[in-house]
Amino acid sequence: MSRTITIRAMKYNPQSKLSKAHFAEYKLEETDGMTLFIALSKIRETMDADLSFDFVCRAGICGSCGMMVNGTPRLACRTLTKDFPDGVIQLMPMPAFKLLKDLSVDTGNWMNGMSKRVESWIHTNHKPDISKLEAPMEPKLADETFELDRCIECGICVAACGTKLMRPNFIGAVGLNRVARFAMDPHDERTDEDFYELVGDDDGIFGCMSLVACEDNCPKHLPLQSKIAYMRRKLVALR
Amino acid sequence: MSDLIEGFLGKSIEGKKSRMPAKLDYLQSATGLFLGLFMWGHMFFVSSILISKDFMYTITKFFEGSAFLKEPQSWLVSIVVFIVFVIFISHALLGMRKLPINFRQWQAYRTHMSMMKHEDTSLWFIQAFTGFAMFFMGSAHLFMMMTKAHEIGPFGSSDRMYSDFMWPFYLLLLLAVEFHGGIGLYRLCVKWGWFEGEDAKISRKKLKQAKWAITVFFLALGLLTLAAYVKIGYEHREHVGERYIPTAQIEMQYDVKVRA
Ligand code: HEM
Ligand code: SF4
Ligand code: FES
Repeated sequence: MSRTITIRAMKYNPQSKLSKAHFAEYKLEETDGMTLFIALSKIRETMDADLSFDFVCRAGICGSCGMMVNGTPRLACRTLTKDFPDGVIQLMPMPAFKLLKDLSVDTGNWMNGMSKRVESWIHTNHKPDISKLEAPMEPKLADETFELDRCIECGICVAACGTKLMRPNFIGAVGLNRVARFAMDPHDERTDEDFYELVGDDDGIFGCMSLVACEDNCPKHLPLQSKIAYMRRKLVALR
Repeated sequence: MSDLIEGFLGKSIEGKKSRMPAKLDYLQSATGLFLGLFMWGHMFFVSSILISKDFMYTITKFFEGSAFLKEPQSWLVSIVVFIVFVIFISHALLGMRKLPINFRQWQAYRTHMSMMKHEDTSLWFIQAFTGFAMFFMGSAHLFMMMTKAHEIGPFGSSDRMYSDFMWPFYLLLLLAVEFHGGIGLYRLCVKWGWFEGEDAKISRKKLKQAKWAITVFFLALGLLTLAAYVKIGYEHREHVGERYIPTAQIEMQYDVKVRA
C-alpha cells in the first residue's frame, strides 16, 4: 500500500544575485524502504534537475548527507520516509556550515579547519618505525579510544548545537571528541597542558553549555556528553 | 607590562592561554551549586509555616542565634543574606556571559529551538530567561531581606505578602527559582559527568526524571507555603506591623497575670 508524500525543500543559491530563498514542494509516490536519498534522487531525476544535495556512500559511512529533516539534523541516507506518519517532510540545509546551494553545505572545509585547530594527529617525540608494530594498548582502552574514531565528520552534532549557532567560533562536539580521543591515547605524548592550549577557552571546552543535542543526534551514537565532561574535568583541574 | 601585552594579544608572552576561562567555568558551577542547594534548605525553612506559626517562629529565632544568645539578633540573618547576595551577584555576573547578547544570537537560538524541539535545548532557554528575570527579582528580594531581616516572622512575612501586596512578586520569583535551579542542577550533573555510571544515556534519563520530580515537589511546596502566608496575612490585615508572640510566651504572660 503506497501513499503520496510531500517533500518541501529549501532552495537557495547564495552565489546568484537572482536567487531568492524559498521552499519548493514535491509530491511523489512512496516506495518500499524509501530513504530520503532515494526520494531526493527521484525528485532530481523526474521533477527538478536543479535541486542540489550531497550523497556519496548512501550507507551512513561517508557523512556527506547531513541535513535538517523537519528541524532536526539527520543523515538523509539513513532516514526512512515511512517514519513520518503525516507524509510531509521539510528539508533545510544544516546551519553553522557554509551554504553552497539548496541542501548542500560545505562540511569538508570546516572539518579540515577543525582537525588543524585541535591538531588531530598523534604527537610523539619518537620517530615512528613503520617496519615495527605499534606499542600495544590495553584492549579496553583501545576499544574506548577507537570507538571515538568512528566519527564520520557528518557535522550533525555541530548543526544541532545551539551554542555553536550563537557563537560561530565554538569548536563543537566533533572537535572536543577529537581532543578526548587523543587525550586518551597513550601513543600521543601531549599533556593536559598541551590540550589546554588547544581548547582551554570559551570557544572550546568552557564554551559548551551542555545542551547535549550533539549526544542526542549523533548518528554514530558516540559518547559525546561523557567525553566532553571528561575533557572539562581534566582541563579545569590544571593549575 | 606583561599584563598589557597579554591583554592585547589574548595570550601570555610565552604564548600560553589564560587559566581564567577554566576558573570562571568552575565558579559558575560552584556558585550555581551553592545557590541551588541553598534554595532547597531555604524552601524547607519558609515552609515551616505549614506546620505552625510557632514552628516558623522558633526557626526564625534559631537563625537569629537563639541557641547561644540571650536576645536573638536579626543582624545575624542580615550577614548571611549579604553573603548569599554576594554569591548570587557573582553567579549572575558569570551567567551573563552565556546569554544571547544581540539580535542575531537571539534569533538564531529561537529559530533553532522551535525548529528542533529538543528538550535540553529548550530547557536552556528557560534557564537563561528565568536567570535574567532573577537579576531583578532576586536582587529585590535579597535586598529586602538584608535590610529588613528583623521583620521576618509569622506575621511580618505574612503582612508583606498580603498587606504589602507582594504575593504576585513572590509567585513569579518562586516560578523563576524553581525552574532555573532545577534545570541548573540537572545541567550541572550532565556538565561534569556526575552520577554518569556505566551508561550516560540511561543515567541522564534518570537525572531528567529526578529533575522534574524535584521541580514539581518544590513548586507544590512553594505554592502551598505562599498560600499559607497570604492566608495569615489576610487574617492579620487589621494588625499590620504587630509582631508574632509565640504561644509559650502568651501562656507565660497569662500565668503571670493569674498569680498577680
Ligand atoms: C540574577 C540571577 C541569575 C542569573 C542571571 C543566572 C544565570 C544563569 C545562567 C545563564 C546559567 C547557565 C550557565 C551555562 O549555561 O553554562 C546558570 C546556571 C545555573 N544557575 Fe543561575 N542564574 C541566576 C540565579 C540563580 C539562582 C538563584 C540559582 C539557585 C536556585 C541558580 C542556580 C544555577 C545552577 C545550579 C546553574 C548550573 C551551573 C552550571 O551550568 O555551571 N542561579 N545561571
Ligand atoms: S561526532 Fe557524531 S554527529 Fe558529530 S560529526 Fe562525528 S559522527 Fe557526526
Ligand atoms: S551518503 Fe554517506 S552518510 Fe549519507
